[in-house]
Amino acid sequence: MTEAVSVENLSVVFDEFKALDAVGVDVAKGESFGLVGESGSGKSTLLRAVAGLTAASEGTIRVSGREVRGTRRDKAFYRAVQMVFQDPYGSLHPRQTVDRQLMEPLAIHGIGDGERRILKALDEVGLGSSFRFRYPHQLSGGQRQRIAIARALILEPSILLLDEPTSALDASVQAEVLNLLEEVRRDRGLTFIMVSHDLGVVTHMCERLAVMQNGRVVERLTSADLVAGRIAEEYTRNLMVASKGFRREAVPQSA
Amino acid sequence: MSALLTVEDLRVRFPTRTGVVEAVRGVSFTLGRERLGIVGESGSGKSQTGRAIMGLTPPHAEVTAKRLAFEGIDLLSASPKLRRDLRGKRIAMILQDPKYSLNPVMSIGRQIVETLRRHEKVGRAEARERALDMLSAVQIRDASRVFDLYPHEVSGGMGQRAMIAMMLVAGPELLIADEPTSALDVTVQLEVLAILDKLVAERGMGLIFVSHDLRLVSSFCDRVLVMYAGRIVEEIAASELGNAKHPYTRGLLNCMPVIGADRHPLPVLDRKPEWAL
Repeated sequence: MTEAVSVENLSVVFDEFKALDAVGVDVAKGESFGLVGESGSGKSTLLRAVAGLTAASEGTIRVSGREVRGTRRDKAFYRAVQMVFQDPYGSLHPRQTVDRQLMEPLAIHGIGDGERRILKALDEVGLGSSFRFRYPHQLSGGQRQRIAIARALILEPSILLLDEPTSALDASVQAEVLNLLEEVRRDRGLTFIMVSHDLGVVTHMCERLAVMQNGRVVERLTSADLVAGRIAEEYTRNLMVASKGFRREAVPQSA
Repeated sequence: MSALLTVEDLRVRFPTRTGVVEAVRGVSFTLGRERLGIVGESGSGKSQTGRAIMGLTPPHAEVTAKRLAFEGIDLLSASPKLRRDLRGKRIAMILQDPKYSLNPVMSIGRQIVETLRRHEKVGRAEARERALDMLSAVQIRDASRVFDLYPHEVSGGMGQRAMIAMMLVAGPELLIADEPTSALDVTVQLEVLAILDKLVAERGMGLIFVSHDLRLVSSFCDRVLVMYAGRIVEEIAASELGNAKHPYTRGLLNCMPVIGADRHPLPVLDRKPEWAL
């Protein structure tokens, strides 16, 4: 059986700092997998290593059974794997229209029929064709994130890497974007790897998750386990408590 | 009834090339020595409300109000000198991200001392002493070491505590916290909130807590104002949040994914144009 993404013993070192320390994660085809942890825990680095944006110093990454190395990826890889970033204000080219940004991946991969595909992609993310010739500054944060998702989907990938896709958005807009992501996953049978610091979002979106701390996976569990409180690690429990909001009586007076 | 702050029909307008944008449209409330939350989405005018009280509205914008008074002082007709004296001394503000709101080329200690010496006649040694005390009060263990560090040398949580120390060192009566923990990790968030909570309670300050996070605010404050499109659409006691009446408040509460609630798809806000009237 082939996993969609299989990471073994992966380490990423920046100078002296070990951002990832022998991490292993397996994500089955069609699954939605969450990575949780605080900043600096290595969750985004893991995603970036899979996408080839960060070089791994040790370990192996397999995507659909094929091993990928370093930061070089071939076109076939990018047709299968696309990424959506956290900040929709930073991930779209400010001086290109939506049309041009969506055309770019098609041009790179030599795919014709751009007109139809762009309209379809826009339609799919709930934006009409009227958005086609707008610039990013003419869009709201939620609309921009939809464009970023459309850009990722236009190549019809099988795996989406999502790096905090909604943390820059308002709660109400977050709900819309999460619904959109769920819908496209259902329709296309996509595999998701989703990074988030919000346990609520991860348990909503993912069936299984890995909790990371200091570059290591400290616990792997299913969302159902998390919800039911079947938690083995203290750190996961702390995250769980923290996500429930401020309580005057039960605040740890540490640090 | 001793109201610390009275706000009546506050309006903030920004002239732009395409006409005047009214960011705050007639906000009224009074604040005693309590914790008041202001909640809304981006663009709802919640931050501009806080900034107008602080006197930090950009110069090209226009602020008007029937009444904007702090302890009997009319803030809108106050001289710039009087406002400078108030700002930092009696009204203080904590901003969102310590990465941007601390001076990057000044050590943390010097920034705290600067606040203190701007507002009080204290000697160098005494100012240093008080700054160190304040750093300990925000639960920084090694205060004398942190005193000499620069903002880039500390973590976000530490930076935000330093920011709180800087704001509280002159003993303000009103504290405006604009998204004080949004840039922090969830676990650190609670520690910082606990520190803030303790200090506000001990010193009997009035607190305005501005945030987009309705749940967080309601767990922290006594009373919550919900803003939409520059207006207050609902005022509610934090404990009564479950019984919110306005569809916008209910929608905001509803659309958050909650651990353990299996709702697919999530309910989304159906914005009604009449909410913005």
